[in-house]
Amino acid sequence: MRNRGVHFHISRRNDISWRKAWGIRCAVMALAFLLCGLITMAATGLNPIKVYAAMIDGNFGTSRRFWMLLQNMAVLLSISLALVPAFRMRFWNLGGDGQALMGALGAAACMILIGDKVPSFVLILIMAVASIVCGMVWAAIPAWFKAKFGTNETLFTLMMNYVAIQLVAFFVIVWEMPKGSGKIGIINQSTQAGWFPQIGGNKYLLNILIALLITVGVYIYMRYSKQGYELAVVGESGSTARYVGIKIQHVIIRTMMLSGALCGITGLLLVGGTDHTLTTTIVSGRGFTGVMVAWLAKFNPFVMILTTFLLVFLKGGSSEITTIFGLNQSFGDIITGVLLFFILGCDFFLNYTISMSKSGKEAA
Amino acid sequence: MAADIPVLRLEHITKRFGDVVANDDISLDVRQGEILALLGENGSGKTTLMNMISGIYYPDEGTIFAKGKQVEIASPRDAFALGIGMIYQHFKLVDVLTAAENIVLGLDDGRKLDLKKSARHIKEICLKYGFDIDPEKKIYDMSVSEKQTVEIVKVLYRGADLLILDEPTAVLTPQETDRLFNVLRNMKSDGKSVIIITHKLQEVLSISDRVAILRKGRYICDMDTKSANAQELTDAMVGRSVKLNIERPVPVNPKRRIVVKDLTVQGEEGVEKLKGVSFELRSGEILGVAGIAGNGQRELLEAIAGLQPVHSGEIKYVEDDGSEEELVGKDPLKIMEMGVSLAFVPEDRLGMGLVANMDLTDNMMLRSFRSGKSVFADRKQPHNLAEDVVDKLEVNTPSVSTIVRKLSGGNVQKVLVGREIAMAPTVLLTAYAVRGLDINSSYTIYDLINRQKKAGVAILYVGEDLDVLLELCDRILVLCGGQVSGIVDGRTTSKQEVGTLMTNLGGGIYAK
Amino acid sequence: MLDFFIRFIPRAVGQGIPLMFGSVGETLTEKSGNLNLGTAGIMYVGGICGVIGAFLYETGTETMNPFLGIAIPLFCCLLGSLLMGLLYCFLTVSLRANQNVTGLAMTTFGVGFGNFFGGSLIKLSGADVPSIALSKSSGFFAAKLPFAERLGWFGKIFLSYSFLAYAAIVIALAASYVINKTRVGLNLRAVGESPATADAAGIDVIRYKYAATCIGAMISGLGGLYYVFDYASGVWSNDAFGDRGWLAIALVIFTIWEPIHSIWASIAFGGLYILHMFIPAGTNLAIKEIYQMAPFLATIFMLILTSIHNKKENQPPASLGLSYFREDR
Repeated sequence: MRNRGVHFHISRRNDISWRKAWGIRCAVMALAFLLCGLITMAATGLNPIKVYAAMIDGNFGTSRRFWMLLQNMAVLLSISLALVPAFRMRFWNLGGDGQALMGALGAAACMILIGDKVPSFVLILIMAVASIVCGMVWAAIPAWFKAKFGTNETLFTLMMNYVAIQLVAFFVIVWEMPKGSGKIGIINQSTQAGWFPQIGGNKYLLNILIALLITVGVYIYMRYSKQGYELAVVGESGSTARYVGIKIQHVIIRTMMLSGALCGITGLLLVGGTDHTLTTTIVSGRGFTGVMVAWLAKFNPFVMILTTFLLVFLKGGSSEITTIFGLNQSFGDIITGVLLFFILGCDFFLNYTISMSKSGKEAA
Repeated sequence: MAADIPVLRLEHITKRFGDVVANDDISLDVRQGEILALLGENGSGKTTLMNMISGIYYPDEGTIFAKGKQVEIASPRDAFALGIGMIYQHFKLVDVLTAAENIVLGLDDGRKLDLKKSARHIKEICLKYGFDIDPEKKIYDMSVSEKQTVEIVKVLYRGADLLILDEPTAVLTPQETDRLFNVLRNMKSDGKSVIIITHKLQEVLSISDRVAILRKGRYICDMDTKSANAQELTDAMVGRSVKLNIERPVPVNPKRRIVVKDLTVQGEEGVEKLKGVSFELRSGEILGVAGIAGNGQRELLEAIAGLQPVHSGEIKYVEDDGSEEELVGKDPLKIMEMGVSLAFVPEDRLGMGLVANMDLTDNMMLRSFRSGKSVFADRKQPHNLAEDVVDKLEVNTPSVSTIVRKLSGGNVQKVLVGREIAMAPTVLLTAYAVRGLDINSSYTIYDLINRQKKAGVAILYVGEDLDVLLELCDRILVLCGGQVSGIVDGRTTSKQEVGTLMTNLGGGIYAK
Repeated sequence: MLDFFIRFIPRAVGQGIPLMFGSVGETLTEKSGNLNLGTAGIMYVGGICGVIGAFLYETGTETMNPFLGIAIPLFCCLLGSLLMGLLYCFLTVSLRANQNVTGLAMTTFGVGFGNFFGGSLIKLSGADVPSIALSKSSGFFAAKLPFAERLGWFGKIFLSYSFLAYAAIVIALAASYVINKTRVGLNLRAVGESPATADAAGIDVIRYKYAATCIGAMISGLGGLYYVFDYASGVWSNDAFGDRGWLAIALVIFTIWEPIHSIWASIAFGGLYILHMFIPAGTNLAIKEIYQMAPFLATIFMLILTSIHNKKENQPPASLGLSYFREDR
């Protein structure tokens, strides 16, 4: 028989102190940034400290940059929060992009079609309703099939993203401005109808406030509401849910409609609050990033503010180093990826312990 | 090989799971050509010990010798190489593969996969030891006993000469058990050694040559079966003489509460799980349900609780004033909304009765979270209830915000029963309420059930331990093959009578 | 009509081959119980690694040897994809991280990696368009059977492809054979269905998961290589590969985990993908966009269909998406 001498033995940890857990997390993050620095150096020959400094500057350097950081966080945070109820129910909603895009389509449609017919604040209300409904419908379709037939929701929601993209591409051509340009351009440039009002002279403040509102709302919903409790039970154990008379199909559809509605609001923020246009790439993969934001924060809305910050910071920083060092914009994705790998791997050390045992005796 | 060298020797084996010591300093020999029974209560560490021999777990301390040589069993592959094969209680078979594919799984004779040749070899083995399987049949089409046969052939195919069977009879009918025992005797005469894990004394006495007893993770003793008697074994197994002495008050003013008539329930593919079941359950009494596992007990309880679609028949709930309400076709929520307070302690505690990853408070909420008109759930009351249950039932937990998965089996059950009783039910359904519990916890549960009985609750108690059923229940309903084979008076019936009813429809003839 | 097929089928095949590589690779991976949503990223990495290899070789030497012209990008592609496969396994198998999230992170990383190096090479080559053309290497890859031209419509429909296209079909057939007819395949299926059972049967679950996933990743990576060097004639432009990785994953369900079905299914999907190019001239441009929904709608349709008819044989490997820990109680 083989005698391996030393045995690594992995066993599940029962409990880990709050402090130790965060200690491990921070150490892993530091390690990740260090490695990213080395990669930067290897790939570009640049001094990583300078690169990081540029990234910080890119996010905090001017008040405009800082507001951009907050605004980007607001959008990413709201779409990530939208996914939380679905994930707590163990429903893999990878369709955040599509649902938000449909929300954006709904909002843009209102701006284009009735932009000059109603007063702006009424228009904004109508836009809100339209984008919520659009997002909801887009989420309800896969949810209905999941509830009814158990259709794989991961791929269904994923495919719905692409259908949404094509649908938007269709409308972009229908509404293109000017004709033949293949894009919509800024909607209602002159009248600013449907544009979110500036608060205190700040263009993005409303978006940020809405995102914060959603954060608190989702937190309360998940933690204190009956529905939040129900969906958690459904997520943990279907047979327990049935045992206490929870209607699982109903809960799946309801929760996904909520998830879709919140995604729709994200679309509204993008069209009404920041971009004032509609493109197929307006959501730019935030639905996927949102999955990671929510997962890394263990679905806690307030911790999600931190994880959102981390990812937005990297994104913003990388666009800054693009301009300064002539690096490629995608550098941020690489760093984000590396960081995510580290954080994902880190969970192992929080949940398991490795011990070594020596078997000194030799096999006869 | 010298006959006196044991095929397997364990020395000072210790295994811990976190803080729990599952096996504490166990030493044991297995001789060639013997059937060794490993006897112990649930949780005494039998399966853990065997898992270390078969390479699933690795011992924290201690050494293992095979045929006199010290060996290291780090994986199931190592165990095979030593001729050790284990038949698990929960079969380790791949559903979508055929019997032959499952049997050759993981083997490599260096040649091309030839299932036809393997099938011939399988037939030979079957012939030699006296069983029968179809190598082409997919596992998901097989009955439990067929699956077990596949498992046994699987280890024989690998040339095992030490077979370990983990509670092999738990899922078998008496006839199937007899057939299995014949196969085991054939193996023994073929020179193979067999370890059979069980907690049924009568089986130990009928099949084994020697019996080793474990209790709470410790090795107690071993004795030759010939010289042992049931009382001795029981004493060694439970550590003291078992006189159950469960209280059984006489039902006060019993009234019809649940009336079941001609209840038929179909499982998947139209198999009848319950067939024409009729009985009544009265307030203030405990109606026991006896039967071999899987004879319709679960379906019966779930049908009453509204969790199982009913094919035909009726289940009536009778109010105090004599008015009746039909429960068939209603889900648990509807039943609750009708004002029927029906408590149900299901068999699968963590999978159905509780949410394993939620804390005590949130688990208490399962029954009450809908109360009130607010969109927000009230957590104050469940929190108080949790503290109350912990306090009154002596649940051993760090706090009420500990997730229940981390509690031990007995404490989990106390939480579940505590919650169900707190509903102030008029009907209490329990399935295997004391399974896996230590003696003290079991008595706590009996006591709780009796208190409910005295309060006038109608109780349906599904149990597996006949001694308990005979001492606890006022009447005992016996299920056999999904049908009622008899309802007997708990005070006057005998173990033999119930045992016979369990295995024979109509009863009457004492099988053994 | 024949004329239409002669134009349509080769293009559908060209679109289908990357999907075939992707879905066969993913099927192999999923058979081991790993749901690798990182396939999209892996295909990017496979493509860009091939591009880097070819770029270095093309710029580093005067006269190109056809063998090295193929071997170098091929080797680079396989190496890059292998590393991605290893990374995925290390995180999900050894460290038991969530498979879905790991897959998404790998896609973020892989797409970023592709675009970063793609962008850097574009800058290095000093091109004035945002793409890099490796026409010489592509020439080696896209070499077709010399007699195909002479065989008329038959040659054009069946023989007008490069070696990688035929390799895809051979790999799909081989994968099918290995999975269904060999000992290794039997063991692999058992690992994906029930790792605990496989473990108890003495199969090294971890090794099988690593091996299947890494080989699967390398096969998927070839899809990226084919796309750049054959379909796109050696032109790398950022994000051009698009959503094909996701379609490849969806195809796995469509083919009910049988690589052999992937051969026709991929080509059919390739056809759906380019359907919009064949709508009659003069049709509203916007309608084209609607046509482009075809492959996605087909995927959704097939997802629904397989869930309604859930036959035991057509189900995903039972442990798909779950990590395995022997001592979990």
